[in-house]
Amino acid sequence: MGTSEPLAAASAGTPIGRRVVLGMLGLGAVGIVAGGRVQDALNRFLQPIEAADPTGLSQLIPAAGGFRIYSITGSLPFERPSDYTLTIDGMVQNRLTLSLADLKSLPATSLVKDFQCVTGWRVPMVHWTGVQLSALLDQAGVLAGGNALTFDSFDGAYTESLTISQARRPDVLVAYEMLGAPVTRQHGGPVRMYVAPMYGYKSCKWLSRITVVNKVVPGYWENLGYDVDGWVGKSNGRSDAPTA
Amino acid sequence: MAEATLPRPDPVPAPSRSRFADPGSDNDGDSGGGGGAGRWLLRFDKAERIVHWVNAVLFGVMLVTAGILYLPPLSAAVGRRQLVVTIHVYAGLLLPFPLLVGIAGRTWGRRLRADLRRLNRWIPEDRVWFRRRGWRPERVTGLKQGKFNAGQKLNAAFTGGAILVMLATGSIMHWYKPWPLSWRTGATFVHDWIAIALFFTITGHMLFAFSDRESLDSMLRGPISRKWAKQRAPRWLAEETATPKPD
Repeated sequence: MGTSEPLAAASAGTPIGRRVVLGMLGLGAVGIVAGGRVQDALNRFLQPIEAADPTGLSQLIPAAGGFRIYSITGSLPFERPSDYTLTIDGMVQNRLTLSLADLKSLPATSLVKDFQCVTGWRVPMVHWTGVQLSALLDQAGVLAGGNALTFDSFDGAYTESLTISQARRPDVLVAYEMLGAPVTRQHGGPVRMYVAPMYGYKSCKWLSRITVVNKVVPGYWENLGYDVDGWVGKSNGRSDAPTA
Repeated sequence: MAEATLPRPDPVPAPSRSRFADPGSDNDGDSGGGGGAGRWLLRFDKAERIVHWVNAVLFGVMLVTAGILYLPPLSAAVGRRQLVVTIHVYAGLLLPFPLLVGIAGRTWGRRLRADLRRLNRWIPEDRVWFRRRGWRPERVTGLKQGKFNAGQKLNAAFTGGAILVMLATGSIMHWYKPWPLSWRTGATFVHDWIAIALFFTITGHMLFAFSDRESLDSMLRGPISRKWAKQRAPRWLAEETATPKPD
């Protein structure tokens, strides 16, 4: 009855399969403990290659530099630069509706800073141009009790937050240029936030609205477990070098 | 070592013997036994085939979602990052279960357990298979291989180890709070590179399967011809033939 396997024949030989599995577990453990250092070395080695690679093929290599495109809705949001408006409302004296041309007519600030993602990748020396958020807040006139900001994306789903004092830092921009050109659709164009001292998820892409509120309302990824005060190197259990 | 490579005459299988007379855990008697009794051997029973194809679907889901999470153009085209992450994580957590359920059954797991034992055990012929680069079958004609060749054994061991390592590193990546940053980076590093390796081994596995339609067919239906076994797995054929018929 049953398929009585010829046990003796099946058991003959050396149990190399088991050794391969155990060896992989050992190597995997070593990789978890020491792989970070290997990855850093690879990053340093690959970043110049990636920067000079017009094909983008080097992005297929783990740890190579370059932006990864994270979006939370179905297709990439799109808005024509000519139709674009940014609304600033909530606890303000003057509600503002600004076109891209309005933003560009304001004093521009340019920064060259690293972009650090909370998932580990970092793009060095990214060129950003835009309007300091503090200037827009001054123009709108924040009312007493307006202690925080909520950022909305025109993807219809993404939100972010900052306290007013964080938002007034000089390295927090409403950016319309990135990498030396208008912000592309993939990177959150025509207009996105750039919050230099914080992890990438704090820099809301496809920015459509900034609302002054009385207290911080955690944003999209923050509701999914990321820190609200997303300082690079001092939050989310990470120790990356600061970006600002 | 070289002696083992010499082709030896195969024992002639008793023509009337059929594994399909066996009323074991599976129900495959109709798929090959009936007409040509003795021409067919059961290669994979129903439990093994179910485990294989559930694994195949899960691996497919893992690779597709991994590509969406990992390759910038695909990420941009699909978006919905949170949903894709959720699918990837849960498919990954499910991955060990088909095999565990498959081997757990006293009756239904018997053949799967025996085959895992065969995959684990390497015989001298397996070394010869690598030396002759046996992935081209004509180079190992006459080699007295068991049910699985050395390439299949290595692939099985690598895939088994990879499932465990991916489970561990993926868990560190997803439930990252308790771990030091260097471990998170290390886990990501290991996860990325094994994913790339798996992409190639799975692609290779599929190419080999399509290059041997009879073998692929046996993973779909169960039986395989004695002719195939004589050419590709003569030691297995001898094992099967030599087994005293159980009562």
